[in-house]
Amino acid sequence: MGPAPVTRIAISSEGPALGDPVDPRFGRAAGFVVVDLPSGAWSYVDNGGSQALAQGAGIQAAEILARNDVQVLLTGHVGPKAAAALQAAGIRAVEGVEGISVAEALARYQQEAGRA
Amino acid sequence: MIVAVASGKGGTGKTTVTASLASTWGRPVAAVDLDVEEPNLHLFLKPEALREENAFLEVPTLPEPARCTACGACVDLCQFKALSLFGQRLAIFPELCHGCEGCFRVCPTGALVPGQRELGELSCGRTSEGLPWLSGRLRIGEAMSPPLMNQVRARMKALVAEEGVDVLVDAPPGVSCPALAAVQDADVILLVTEPTPFGLHDLKLAREAFKPLGRPMGVVINRAGLGDHGVHDFCRESGLPVVAEIPFSRAVAVHYAQGGVVAQMDEAMRERFTRLGESVRTLAGSRKEAAHA
Amino acid sequence: MHEVVVLSGKGGTGKTSLTAAFAHLAQNKVICDLDVDAPDLHLIAAPSHVRSERFLSGHLAEIDPRVCTRCGVCEEVCAFGAIDRADGTFTVDPGHCEGCKACVVLCPAQAIRFPERDCGVWHQSESRFGPMVHAQLDPGQENSGKLVTLLKAEARREASRRGLDLILSDGAPGVGCPVISSLSQATLAVLVTEPTPSGRHDLERVAELCRHFRIPAAVVLNKADLDEGQATAIETLCRTMDMPLLGRLPHDPEVVWAMVKGQAITENPDSAFGSEVRRIWSWITDLLFNLPARTS
Repeated sequence: MGPAPVTRIAISSEGPALGDPVDPRFGRAAGFVVVDLPSGAWSYVDNGGSQALAQGAGIQAAEILARNDVQVLLTGHVGPKAAAALQAAGIRAVEGVEGISVAEALARYQQEAGRA
Repeated sequence: MIVAVASGKGGTGKTTVTASLASTWGRPVAAVDLDVEEPNLHLFLKPEALREENAFLEVPTLPEPARCTACGACVDLCQFKALSLFGQRLAIFPELCHGCEGCFRVCPTGALVPGQRELGELSCGRTSEGLPWLSGRLRIGEAMSPPLMNQVRARMKALVAEEGVDVLVDAPPGVSCPALAAVQDADVILLVTEPTPFGLHDLKLAREAFKPLGRPMGVVINRAGLGDHGVHDFCRESGLPVVAEIPFSRAVAVHYAQGGVVAQMDEAMRERFTRLGESVRTLAGSRKEAAHA
Repeated sequence: MHEVVVLSGKGGTGKTSLTAAFAHLAQNKVICDLDVDAPDLHLIAAPSHVRSERFLSGHLAEIDPRVCTRCGVCEEVCAFGAIDRADGTFTVDPGHCEGCKACVVLCPAQAIRFPERDCGVWHQSESRFGPMVHAQLDPGQENSGKLVTLLKAEARREASRRGLDLILSDGAPGVGCPVISSLSQATLAVLVTEPTPSGRHDLERVAELCRHFRIPAAVVLNKADLDEGQATAIETLCRTMDMPLLGRLPHDPEVVWAMVKGQAITENPDSAFGSEVRRIWSWITDLLFNLPARTS
C-alpha cells in the first residue's frame, strides 16, 4: 500500500481569489488558498498574523496549514526554519512556484500529479 | 570603579574615548568591550588574546521523542515560538529561544533536555601595557546580544573581584535593551556625543534612558567646533557636566583611521585624557557621597 | 516594488545623512526610519504626523501584592534576574523582565499578571520628501525587531495604496535583531563605511550578514580620503565579496553644515559632495532595474 492520496493542498497567494498571483514568500505570504481536491472546494486563509511577526513567521504559517489539514504546499521559497516546521507537520513543500496565478499553479500541480 | 562609555548615536567616539582613557588612566584598569555586535576596542588597544572560547545559550532539545506526550505545556509557555506542536509532534526552533528555561520546568515527563545554541565568542587577554581586556563577539546571524553581554559582564565582575581593577566599558550605541545592559554595572556613565543635531537628539534620548539608574553622568563632546551650540545649551540647561571636549580636526580623524589611540597622538591629547580620567573619578566620588548622605 | 535599506555596521559613518540625500533624490517612494532606537532621519525630513499609534509588543510580568504569598518561586525560576525582593516583598523589574511567562505559569498562588508591554510609538507622516513611516522606541525597551517589521509592513501598505514603487529605509547600526529584521525582504542593502579600522571591521560583519540572508549589497566609502591603506583594503574586500563600490565621498564638514541647516546634502545645488551622491544614487537606480522586484 502506498502513501495516502493527496486530498488537500495549499498555495501561497497574494490575495483571496484563484486569479491572484502566487505569493513567492511562504512565511510572509499574504495568505493561502486551500483546495480540497476531491470536491474542488476552496477557501482562503489569511496569513496577516504571521506577516507581522519579527521572527518565526514561517513556523506560524506552517501551524496554520497544519490546522487546515494541508498535505502539500505550493510556494516560491521556503526558509530553513519554515522547512523544519513543515517537515514536522508532515507537509510536503513544492518550491519554485511563482510568477503565475493560483489557478495556474493548481492546474499544473494536478496535471503533474495525474501524470505520476 | 566601573565606568561605562556610552552614547545614543553611533560613531561619536565611544571606542576612541575608552581606548584613550585606558591608556592614560594611571592606575590598574581593565578594558571591556560590551559592543558585542560590532566590537572594535581591540583594533586600537591591540591586545594579545590569551583565551578565546565559544559562548552558548541553554536551549531545549528533545533527544527521546518517545518521552514527549504532546501535552503542549511547553508550547503554551513559550512566548517566542521556539516550541511548536504539529499534531502529536513537537518541533523545536532553537534560534528563537530566549533561554528562560521555563520549558524544562513545565515539562511533566522530563523529555526536554538542555542543549546549546552558539551565541558567539568570548575573548580575554592583555594589552602590551599589561591591562586586562575582555570582549564578546556576536555570531553573525545571531539576533540576541544581551545573553552574550551578560556572560562578558559575569567575567568582568570576576576580574574586578580577583584583581581589584577599575573597569572601562565600551558600550553599544543606542538606548534600547543592549545599551541599558551595558551600563547596568557602572558607577559613572560617560555620554560621548558630537555637537550636531543628530548628536543632540540622541544625547537627549540617552539621558532619558539612563537617568532612572541614578548614576552620575558626564558628557564628552567629540569633534568640538564642528556643528552648532545645541549640545552645549542642552548640557547647561539640564545640568549635565561637560567633562571633556575633543576638538574637531582632520589630524585626529586620520590618527584614528590609522588605528591610533587618540590620547597617544601628542602631549596635549594625553593631558586632555589624563584630566578626563580625573574628572571621571571625581564624578564617581560624587555618587559615593550621595549614597552616604 | 523595491526595498533599499541603508546600513553601516559601525555607527556614525554617515548613514542617515546619505539616506536623507537619497530621500531627496528618489522619486515615487516611501521613506522609512528603521533605526527605531535612535532615529535621526526626521531631523532632516521634517515629517508631520498623520497618524500615531502606540506599539505594544510582548508582555511584562506584574506581581499582585494582595495575592502574593511571598514564597519566592518567581525569584528562583527567573532566568533574567528580574525579580527584586525588598523587605519580603517581591516586585518585577521591568528593565530586566524578558516577558517569558515562566514565573506567571509557575507561581503557585497565581499572583502574577501578564499584561501587554507598551514599547513605544510609531507614526505615519508626510515629510518634505514624501510619505514617511517612523517610530520611537521607549528608552530601554527591546523587541525593536518587531517594531522594524511593523514599520516595513506599514511602508509597504502605504506604497501600494499610493502606487509607489520604492521603499527607502535608514537602518540601525550593528548586526543584531533590528538589523536582521530590516534586511528581511530587502532588494538591496547599501552599506556605508569609512576607511578606519572599525569601519572596515564592521563592514565585513554586516556584509557577511547580508550574504547570510542572501541580500545583494553595495558599498559607499565615506570619508574616503582619511586613510589610503584602509580605503584600498575596503576596495579589495568589496571585490572579494562581490559588492560593487558605488563611490568614494570625501571627509567633508559640509555634510555637518547641511545637517545643522536641517537639509540633505544634495539640496545645495553647488555642492561637489552632493553631485557625487547624485551619481551614486543613479547607480543604485540602475542596480535596482536589474534586481528582481518584490511582488505585491
